[in-house]
Amino acid sequence: MPETETMREARRVMEICNACRYCEGFCAVFPAMEMQRAFSDGDLTDLANLCHNCKACYYACQYAPPHPFGVNVPRTFSLLRDETYRNHAWPRLLARAFARNGTVVALVTAAALALVLLLTGWLVAPGTLSHAWIGPDAFYRVIPWVAMTGVAAATLLFSLLALGIGGVRFWRASGGGVPVRRGDVLRGLHDAVTLKNLGGGGHGCNDRDEAFSMARRRFHHVMAYGFLACFAATCIAAFEAYALGRPAPYPLFSLPVIFGTLGGIGLLVGASGLMALKLTADPVPAARRLLGADVALLALLWLAAATGLILLIFRSTAAMGALLAIHLGVILALFVLLPYSKFVHAPYRTLALIRNAANSADRVQ
Amino acid sequence: MVWDVLVVGGGNAALCAAITAREAGASVVLLEHAPRAFRGGNSRHTRNLRAMHDAPAGVLTDVYGEAEYWDDLLRVTGGATDEHLARMTIRASADAPAWMSAHGVNFQPSLTGTLNLGRTNAFFLGGGKALVNAYFAAAERLGVTILYDTEVTDLELDNGAVRAVNTVSRGFPLTLQARSVVAASGGFQANIGWLREYWGEAADNFIIRGTPFAQGTVLRDLLGHGVQQVGDPAQCHAVAIDARAPKFDGGIVTRLDCVPFSIVVDRAAWRFYDEGEDVWPKRYAIWGRLVAQRQGQIAYAILDAKAAKLFMPSVFPAIRAGSIAELAGKLGLDPAALETTVSRYNASVRPGNFDSAALDDCRTEGLDPPKTHWARTIDTPPFIGYPLRPGITFTYLGVKVTERAQVLMRNGRPVANLWASGEIMAGNILGKGYLAGFGMAIGTVFGRIAGAEAARHAGN
Repeated sequence: MPETETMREARRVMEICNACRYCEGFCAVFPAMEMQRAFSDGDLTDLANLCHNCKACYYACQYAPPHPFGVNVPRTFSLLRDETYRNHAWPRLLARAFARNGTVVALVTAAALALVLLLTGWLVAPGTLSHAWIGPDAFYRVIPWVAMTGVAAATLLFSLLALGIGGVRFWRASGGGVPVRRGDVLRGLHDAVTLKNLGGGGHGCNDRDEAFSMARRRFHHVMAYGFLACFAATCIAAFEAYALGRPAPYPLFSLPVIFGTLGGIGLLVGASGLMALKLTADPVPAARRLLGADVALLALLWLAAATGLILLIFRSTAAMGALLAIHLGVILALFVLLPYSKFVHAPYRTLALIRNAANSADRVQ
Repeated sequence: MVWDVLVVGGGNAALCAAITAREAGASVVLLEHAPRAFRGGNSRHTRNLRAMHDAPAGVLTDVYGEAEYWDDLLRVTGGATDEHLARMTIRASADAPAWMSAHGVNFQPSLTGTLNLGRTNAFFLGGGKALVNAYFAAAERLGVTILYDTEVTDLELDNGAVRAVNTVSRGFPLTLQARSVVAASGGFQANIGWLREYWGEAADNFIIRGTPFAQGTVLRDLLGHGVQQVGDPAQCHAVAIDARAPKFDGGIVTRLDCVPFSIVVDRAAWRFYDEGEDVWPKRYAIWGRLVAQRQGQIAYAILDAKAAKLFMPSVFPAIRAGSIAELAGKLGLDPAALETTVSRYNASVRPGNFDSAALDDCRTEGLDPPKTHWARTIDTPPFIGYPLRPGITFTYLGVKVTERAQVLMRNGRPVANLWASGEIMAGNILGKGYLAGFGMAIGTVFGRIAGAEAARHAGN
């Protein structure tokens, strides 16, 4: 495969950084960089995915544009990560989804919505969507249990498979790794779930401009843990439905509703906050071309939460049928798109952090 | 309007003065010659500050007391210092890190490869530009008015006081009035024409490591008005850097640490100095002058594969070749002459135990000039070459100040409303040589004094 312009630029930038090293206190990228004197494509892919895009190094850089050296690590690494996402998408054919990701996400979401609405219309008697269903298993009157569970399980399993294959390909392409011990995995996971590298040593990152702030880290936490809470709500609900024979909907003070509500609010707050930061931030250290992909995933997560909460509020009215169909359409789109949206940064970054933990442990010895 | 305090310059010393004056209640305007993207003078390229401490403090380990600090300064300056001002600066440097933290500067443990500075110097997280960003943000928050793209052309110094400050601001003439003025506009190292007065045409081949805005306009203006000068005008701090560096602002990445492990030849492919005289940190700063004295102000470090990984590379790729003759061709040297130099050197190398980290016993015998340490034969391809040129860091010429940072006239009387801080007055204390992080210490200490005094004067 011929070397891309982005890869060449990443190499040029890392060679400048490696001769300077002023930024080594900011995050894991620079100490990892200092392990090398020359950078293979795999090294650069690894470093790019280790980068959390905090932009501290851009504002501290005496070689940032308009200096003739024009060093812009966050932008260069954002573009290189996008190449990683394309290169490791499975099946290969769908790598194109990353080319105009914003449009792809929007279209898939619209298609999923239409599909669920049509299915509910066809599979169940006319009038289903406008009837005020209440009581146990009301949801399944709108969408039959088999359809809902079958589609959900199939999509999720396919997405997990695609993410897994992408992760394995990424791990191999970014240099394999030193032997990884259990402690390295735990440390890598710890760094991932705490977003340690967005801490900048305790004072935060350059979310919008030269000023340091913890806003992005906090919004990301709220969003990510909101997502997990929603996922937990779904799992608990599934358990109650299949193991205990208590189908949805659940009362307000039940575990699925509490987790789902808190998670939904987290997703709304986190995604809104991240979106606001993205749209008001200094555009120079960002890759303009990737804005669509960034915004699309945030918008999808926001929609998933918003439609879920609206459904909760109006679930005992005549609007429930339509709201349920819309919510499930969005969720379907989200699951389908997991491996073909910016969501893939989560497994790649985590793997890069695990490798970094292994390499650092190696360095200490 | 008449400003209480006008600060000329936009680097560390200027910012410390502006922030201090504003915190004392003065109205402050700061004039930065550079556009916003290149603000901060040479402070952008710095990375630490040398701070006295009698106990471990923050990132500073162990103890670094006044006596040791003073000894270090005395050693590098060879006595070209003012003991009173120097000791005062050293003592005041103990307070600097806390003040810096309070104004947004973040510190980190010493950078890798600079372990020897972890005890004496506090490193700025992200380096000097991060510090400059923090100070500008603090100044803006406090309400200091900042004018970028504003070059001070001259001060109207009349009857012992500054009456007005003339500038070109974003292309237009602008005259400002202030009760107090702080000159923190740096040295003149970026003014090639001025360097040429002492170095002749050689100056055209100098590379300026830092900001192109250090033109020395205010310094020259003040000296022209009868202000007393300090420091040798002909002297500058010069190191040997990669000759491929940009003319200005190449900064840290163009430095080359390969000299002790190489032989260095001039344009005629002859050696001219003992490359292994002492450990590199102690000889780092003499090679700029050595190269400046060679024909064409250029030299070439020649190494072989054995030495390729013993030093931090510069940002530019090593020039490699399979033979000495081929390398000479790539460097533009006479192949036969370089082969002769290398073979004579190789023949004079005595066996020894090579140790890159210590003054080892690998040396030449019967060679002039000798190489007294780390001398190993150059015989293993690929052969490597780096071109070297003098890289000018700063100049020593400055204005004479009192311990309250007040500028003195040649008649010994202070200018009533003019203070100086930073490189423009560092020659009072560092008349010669170099001590890592000391320039930032002087700038911080005198910037704060100048700002406080200027504000006090304006308030009276």
